[in-house]
Amino acid sequence: MWTFFHKLGSPPWLYSISGTILRWLLPITLVALAAGIVWGLLFTAPDFRQGNSYRIIYIHVPAAVVALAGYYVMAIAGAISLIWKMKMADVAMKACAPIGAALTFIALVTGSIWGKPTWGTWWVWDARITSMLILLFLYLGVVALYEAYDNKEAAGKACAVLSLVGMVNIPIIYKSVDWWYSLHQPASIKFTGESSIDPSMLYPLLLMISAFYALFTCCLLMNMRAELLEREARTNWVQRLAKQEGRS
Amino acid sequence: MHPVRKQRLLLVLFIVLFSSAAIGLVTYALRGNINLFFPPAEVAAGMAPPGQPIRVGGMVAEGSVRRSEDSLLVRFDLTDFQASVPVEYEGILPDLFDEGQGAVASGRLNARGVLEATEVLAKHDENYMPPEVADALEKSGYDHKGNKQ
Repeated sequence: MWTFFHKLGSPPWLYSISGTILRWLLPITLVALAAGIVWGLLFTAPDFRQGNSYRIIYIHVPAAVVALAGYYVMAIAGAISLIWKMKMADVAMKACAPIGAALTFIALVTGSIWGKPTWGTWWVWDARITSMLILLFLYLGVVALYEAYDNKEAAGKACAVLSLVGMVNIPIIYKSVDWWYSLHQPASIKFTGESSIDPSMLYPLLLMISAFYALFTCCLLMNMRAELLEREARTNWVQRLAKQEGRS
Repeated sequence: MHPVRKQRLLLVLFIVLFSSAAIGLVTYALRGNINLFFPPAEVAAGMAPPGQPIRVGGMVAEGSVRRSEDSLLVRFDLTDFQASVPVEYEGILPDLFDEGQGAVASGRLNARGVLEATEVLAKHDENYMPPEVADALEKSGYDHKGNKQ
């Protein structure tokens, strides 16, 4: 266990293991995404009140769920890089931010498109939507803050602190629909007790959520690999890799 | 654990706890403002300021929707089963607006205690099911929330 943890600190090892993981995970992810979308959009019944417009749930909910989970990944990576000064944790934290921002943006846009026919408005300042917008700004803030520093170490420290402070927003987003009166409905998928979404609609949704988690992992690994190559461009292992690629 | 790392771990914990406490206090102080709407019971208790723009949310009372013959004027009652607020609205209602469903109306309370709404939004609940399942539930005497009717 500890050797695995220590090996994670080695850039060439991380680069090669992430390559192996991606070779398997990427095709699985794409198949799962395609299957989930076809299943959700074509082979489920329409909702008894919303008709077909509810189908946006198959993009909206997975994007939102993974955007929240991705923030924890970013904050925990930030904490590890603060405490143990692990370079690879810093790389992971930096790689999380743009992916999380993209997912949050997707969740906000699809929610807005669904809101117009369902609620009758594109946007309303209720607790869930506003806290989700804050999440988008936190992600973009981490991206911007990292670029604002010339010194990578100082940038990593500042971003780690920002992502740790922003972590308080995640439970607020999650519980906002229960704590306050909001326009957004409470969660349909319940961890305890029966979900208030029909099983025939729930299974493709669970498949899409898993596919989005896998997609997040793939994007994270690809981002980290690109960042590793850039940071280690002058080292022997990258030079050797570049020569190999050049020959083949 | 190395003492320096232990110190940094404590610092991280401090950052998380301190920012949570700060944001927690702010949201606690602003809890009234974070709510999107007043439930009818709070309006009846006089907690909603008259003449100011507010939102009232609740269920559209069964049998309360009355449409005008020659304009887009609609009258209905919003209820939370403790109190109800009469609403007047002139405009197009969202597709999901219906009796027995949730809605949020924004506008001002006039002197008669009627909410003159400028916008009405439909509130969707967390229940999703195919139409056949909804029909079957209704036939067996349950509503879509699983309550016996």
